[in-house]
Amino acid sequence: MGHHYLLPDISRPGRIGCSLPRLDVSPSELPPEELLRQELDLPEVSEVDVVRYFTALSKLNYGVDTGFYPLGSCTMKYNPRLHEDIAQLPGFASIHPYQPVKSVQGALQLMFELQQYLAEITGMHATSLAPMAGAHGELASILLVKAYHHTRGDKLRKKILVPDSSHGTNPATAAMCGFEVDTVPSDNEGNVDLNSLESMMNEEVAAVTLTIPNTLGLFDPQIAEISRLVHERGGLLCGDGANLNSLLGKVKFGDLGIDCVQVNLHKTFSTPHGGGGPGSGPICVKTNLAQFLPSPLVTRNGKEYTFTTPPKSIGRLGASYGNFGVMVKAYAYIRTLGAKGLKEVSENAVLNANYLKEKLKGYYHLPYDRTCMHEVVFSGKKQKAKGVKTLDIAKRLLDYGFHPPTIYFPLVVNEALMTEPTETESKETLDAYIDAMKQIAREADENPEILHTAPHNTPVRRLDEVRAARQPDLRWRMGKHY
Amino acid sequence: MNPKEYKYTQEHEWICPEPENKGKVGITDYAQSQLGDVVFVDLPPPGSQVEHLKKMGEIESVKAVSDLFAPVSGRVLEINQAVINEPALVNQDPYGDGWLVRLELSNPSELDALMDSDKYDEFVSRLNEEGSE
Amino acid sequence: MPSPYLPNTDADRTAMLREIGVGSIEELFQDIPQEFRNVHFKLPPPLSELELKEELRQLSNRNTNLEDYACFLGAGYYRHFIPSVVGHIISRSEFYTAYTPYQAEVSQGTLQTIYEFQSLVCQLTGMEVSNAGMYDGSTAAAEAALMACRVTKRDKVAVMSTIHPKYYEVVETYAKGHSISLEKVESNLDGLPSDCACLIVPQPNFFGYFENMEACVQKAHDIGALLIVIVDPISLGMFKPPGDYGADIVVAEGQALGNPISFGGPGVGIFACRKEYLRQMPGRIVGKTVDADGQTGYVMTLVTREQHIRRERATSNICTSEALVALAATVYLATLGKTGLRQVAELCYHKAHYAADAISKLKGYSLVFQQPFFKEFVVRCPAKPHLINNALFQESIIGGLDLSYILDNSMLLCVTEMNTKEEIDRLVEILGTFYRN
Repeated sequence: MGHHYLLPDISRPGRIGCSLPRLDVSPSELPPEELLRQELDLPEVSEVDVVRYFTALSKLNYGVDTGFYPLGSCTMKYNPRLHEDIAQLPGFASIHPYQPVKSVQGALQLMFELQQYLAEITGMHATSLAPMAGAHGELASILLVKAYHHTRGDKLRKKILVPDSSHGTNPATAAMCGFEVDTVPSDNEGNVDLNSLESMMNEEVAAVTLTIPNTLGLFDPQIAEISRLVHERGGLLCGDGANLNSLLGKVKFGDLGIDCVQVNLHKTFSTPHGGGGPGSGPICVKTNLAQFLPSPLVTRNGKEYTFTTPPKSIGRLGASYGNFGVMVKAYAYIRTLGAKGLKEVSENAVLNANYLKEKLKGYYHLPYDRTCMHEVVFSGKKQKAKGVKTLDIAKRLLDYGFHPPTIYFPLVVNEALMTEPTETESKETLDAYIDAMKQIAREADENPEILHTAPHNTPVRRLDEVRAARQPDLRWRMGKHY
Repeated sequence: MNPKEYKYTQEHEWICPEPENKGKVGITDYAQSQLGDVVFVDLPPPGSQVEHLKKMGEIESVKAVSDLFAPVSGRVLEINQAVINEPALVNQDPYGDGWLVRLELSNPSELDALMDSDKYDEFVSRLNEEGSE
Repeated sequence: MPSPYLPNTDADRTAMLREIGVGSIEELFQDIPQEFRNVHFKLPPPLSELELKEELRQLSNRNTNLEDYACFLGAGYYRHFIPSVVGHIISRSEFYTAYTPYQAEVSQGTLQTIYEFQSLVCQLTGMEVSNAGMYDGSTAAAEAALMACRVTKRDKVAVMSTIHPKYYEVVETYAKGHSISLEKVESNLDGLPSDCACLIVPQPNFFGYFENMEACVQKAHDIGALLIVIVDPISLGMFKPPGDYGADIVVAEGQALGNPISFGGPGVGIFACRKEYLRQMPGRIVGKTVDADGQTGYVMTLVTREQHIRRERATSNICTSEALVALAATVYLATLGKTGLRQVAELCYHKAHYAADAISKLKGYSLVFQQPFFKEFVVRCPAKPHLINNALFQESIIGGLDLSYILDNSMLLCVTEMNTKEEIDRLVEILGTFYRN
């Protein structure tokens, strides 16, 4: 059963959800009539209604706390409760970004240390915490690339190269910065086709963006060669750090030749996903790019922390300093784990993914039968031949009580099922998921209809997305009856 | 299946030549089935110029966007308002009520560069074979 | 020491390795050249929950927080009342541990609350459609400028000089990427370029005062430019919504709606526009539809605008935004509702005017601007603002924003429903000690 009413349906004139104090000063003259609004048409509901309504809605949701959530490249790991408590401490939650710097030294210290930790973890030299999401961090990276070449006086570099397996944000970001995007094909092993890269990498290319490991969950062993090639021809190598969970505490992006990389605190560093944010996408860069970082950075002078603007900064990405409330949680995570704990994260994440790979490869087509990293990409090809789409498999998994993997991405795999278990799942959970997937493979053979019409056990059934797009209904209006 | 008197592009548009150097343009049955349910069409406004095999608009389904290419060069005389209001027509009747624009051809010889219906049938068969590999 | 966040035991790992057919976990990293593996990471040693909680509590105590100090500082981030329900609802882990609602059947909670958010934003701003939110007010303004350029096919953006200075910098950063030029115009709109894609106007402006929107709408539309208005959402409890006077795009910082200031982030960027521009609007949009049984349900829709479909032709690269912050805003607006939000706005208005009036009567102080204002105003002081703020700080008060960099000895003061008469009187008392003959 879905939830059938909206706020206007439970609104009644005279209800209010909270009490407010009376005005304790004498009122002033109101401004001119033409500035004022006549009607404020918002619902009127009591606190009880608010609580019941949103509680009921929450129960329609599936979160990491509900169960297994193997969305590839999203790293849906467990969100430690400690972090929620810490972020709500008044000294972190109730501070104003523009209050005197001397009165928020604790906040600046946290940011400074986080800058250092992220640089250390990625093997880079400087960090900006300003970007508020991964895509925002990517934007910063590409603007940085633009500034770098501009400073060198190099006006020829109008292109960014991205692999054909890249996330949509990569080319979208490049276009937002005025670059053309060219796609580098992958070879049969799922690695970058070096010959193609060789022919495409020239003085028109500003940078190559690589997700490491790539979106197929594979580590490209040619990385040193790729780095050499790109740098020799004057380009920069940008990393998309979305898949850092496979390398935490073991490998440094900087060692691989990466010049700048954005990381996702809401993926690798366990901050909650929130249903679509808030996130945080800090970028870490090598020394030669530090001068271009978005402002401001936190710097330390003796025992005092302060904000500074890098000399050739690409500018501000937001009106304050980034998503501080998210940084607090990531900071706590790193302080909880330490170097050894980070290493255990990546090792267990990679182990879990390889276990899934081995156990399911007999049932689902595995396009790249080689060791994977923190995620494995299957294809629903075998099932497609029987008329069952990956979409159907995903919807059927919901009936088994699991959130499905990422589907239809990366684009280079037909009917892709991109599966990332993360390290916070037990072997029992993985085994239960494996059993469900085996069952579904059997159903594809014996009873495909049940897959076509899945899900059956969820609050709502499959939704008419065509109707939603053809007849957009994007809001209610007060006074309209439903 | 594909109307004999129409001409076809490799990007799966068709043009139905009309008297006085005019022509109606739409997308083929193969194109609409690949796209899925069409939810929106973005067409060049009447009076605008279009160029042979250059992008002139877009067709959107729920999960994909496809460029619409002009089969020939010319001027847009009218667009199919019915399809704007009911994009489903493109799926239901791609060769008839689902037509998209009517053009006035500036260079009718461009029609010779396009495939006739037999060639297009072959072209689509080959694509279908490759797809099932 | 086993980790509470790693359920697998050594026995589990051994069993899994056996199934995989390798002898050790290290073998699974074989694709990584040896020289890059297992390098040293210099990080502090791990702490238990007990130890870390204490250490961070002490770190947080090194910050002066607004629950202990009275606050008269605004400038885009505001201390407003947050009803208790908000925190409780967004702490429900079904909401905060969920992902972006791609699998709609198990995400109706997230999706329906976004639909509510979109609706409430439209009701509040008077606009026809809204998205699910952007990173913050400043990036929403920047994305609005880019959208205006797409819609009008022009590459110049006019920005009123009274805009929040940091917002201007952010629009600049985004404009640089697209080779779009920015021009500042004064409030009287002299020299408004006739080829600009949009005019961005804050209402109220950074200094707290209302601009002449009639003139702005008129002049912008006369030259075929879009009018983008940056609003204070709390002010809309009392003041005319931009939809009523012809705005094309409305953006705002949503932090004030039920979210703690949190040192400036996370917030949420409100973004609403006219229906005709719907397909050019960036960000996620949720729509109502029906399921296979004919039941009402919600899905993300018009996704072909977004990065994962259109890739390099997307309206924006935005993916993760600020869903939980938007949820807090939704709960806040539901809780306060029609009468509550108006009450909050009026409390801010009257308290701010009470303060301004009292301060203007102090010797050596004057109000710099004469136009109508909402909850912020600018005073000229008889001493340097930073000295005044130091004195206020000693008295557990955080004073206004020092505006000396653009207006001599001036300070931007903010008063909200959180400031009691006692606090305001105390502020006035201390300010009064600064007059020098």
